[in-house]
Amino acid sequence: MSRIRLMVCAAGFGLLLSVPAGVLAQAAPQTAAQMPTGAVSHIGNLTGHPDAGRRQYLRYCVGCHGQDGDGTGENAQWIEPKPRDFTAAVFKCRSTPTGTLPTDEDLFHSVSRGFVTTNMPPWAPLPAQARADVVAYIKAFSPRWQSEQPGTPISVPAETPVTTASILHGRELFQKMECWKCHGPAGHGDGPSASTLTDSKDNPIRPYNFSTGSRFKCGVTNADLYRIFMTGVDGTPMPSFADNLKPEEAWDLVHFLRTLQPIQSPEATLWHAWLPAHAGELRPIGPDAAGQ
Amino acid sequence: MHTNLLPLLAVAALGAGVTAALPTGHAVAGTISGTITFTGTPPKMRPIDMAKEPTCAAQHATPVMNENVVTGTGNTIKNVVVYISAGDHPGAPPTTAVRYDQKGCEYLPHVAVMQAGQPLEIYNDDKTSHNIHPLAKLNPEWNKSQPPGSPPLNATYAKPEFIPVKCNIHPWMHGYFAVMATPHYAISDADGKFTISGLAPGTYTVTAWHERFGTQSQQVTVPASGGATSDFAYKVTPY
Repeated sequence: MSRIRLMVCAAGFGLLLSVPAGVLAQAAPQTAAQMPTGAVSHIGNLTGHPDAGRRQYLRYCVGCHGQDGDGTGENAQWIEPKPRDFTAAVFKCRSTPTGTLPTDEDLFHSVSRGFVTTNMPPWAPLPAQARADVVAYIKAFSPRWQSEQPGTPISVPAETPVTTASILHGRELFQKMECWKCHGPAGHGDGPSASTLTDSKDNPIRPYNFSTGSRFKCGVTNADLYRIFMTGVDGTPMPSFADNLKPEEAWDLVHFLRTLQPIQSPEATLWHAWLPAHAGELRPIGPDAAGQ
Repeated sequence: MHTNLLPLLAVAALGAGVTAALPTGHAVAGTISGTITFTGTPPKMRPIDMAKEPTCAAQHATPVMNENVVTGTGNTIKNVVVYISAGDHPGAPPTTAVRYDQKGCEYLPHVAVMQAGQPLEIYNDDKTSHNIHPLAKLNPEWNKSQPPGSPPLNATYAKPEFIPVKCNIHPWMHGYFAVMATPHYAISDADGKFTISGLAPGTYTVTAWHERFGTQSQQVTVPASGGATSDFAYKVTPY
């Protein structure tokens, strides 16, 4: 082959290699989702667009969440828990009541924060605009967004002071609301019902074990914890207690739950200082005298 | 008069005929009744071990059986929902609520049939908490805790769907909400018998649904007076 021909071939080959992955990905089969016009996302000052979001999705998300957004990407078979199925429009981490759609901010926070203890990483290193775009694209996988507005975010009133009385009341609520039946008396995820729990797709699932650290799947702050049990973790056995707890009671429960974690929170510090002199006064958490 | 009265008379007669055919509650008495039976060997139901919930175990002198398949003498099947799936006039949902009880760690009734948009009231009659987790796919899926002594939970389903219901705390609890588009439906009793009433004369598609054995349909004609019969037979296997 002549030198010029060789150079032209090499240049052509080099050009082919340099084609961005996005272009190649767009040659892939179309997704099943039909993009409704105007299905943008609004997060703060950002407006996310599904067309731009699609490029992000095909680069970062499709491997787990799948071409059709149904959680059947090629990685899905090897990971536990399974990736979210966006076509079902059921989401774990919301500020909105159980059974309602999350807000765009909820989805943005989930993407940014990731889900600790799962294969969903924090995508915070991506620019905020990219994350806003991908939120818009994710919404296109379920027709539910076309006919329904997100739920009204629950009001999270100002946190009540962290006191021993608050923690003690929270402990009573942990007993009375029967959290221990799944989460176990010390919150180790070993309650009597823990071993039989399945999620809404019939996959086995374990309740949160408070002794594993300081973070939850749906956040890190006390307000995040408040929202978890006041909106429920949809798609899982964790119900909403919004109908059963008044806001002050909910804060008491938050304060107690913090004492179950191996961290030096204000709640834990206060509790562990109080406990040695008073432990004998406490009734153990678990089945009461009636066996219930 | 030059006006031809014949077309006017024809229209008037047609109008009167149409009016007569429209269902008016008290004037319509057609029924479809039948019996649901099976051939073959159905799956065996097993007793439920409620040892993990002593307050519920104590309510049952003998352990209750799994209710996935409930059969009766003469090879009949209970809890089959029979409904008009075509040929019907839709109706506004009733305003009276359908009641669903959690009692003795069981769902009563096992299958609650309601019309789309009809109110549903869920009661916890037990000394233990339950969580109500209807696993809807067409309707929103929600999950709420209901401690003992709570007021009833209110819910409504807008779309027709057969929704499995479970309690995550008590994994043996299984039930269904059968949300109907039609106002004409029934559920087979312990003898496998059902009656759908309030039907105008005409031809309908009647569908039977069972949680394990699936769906079957038939065309049934309700005569001008009296009722029609529609029996269903399922071929079943033990597994």
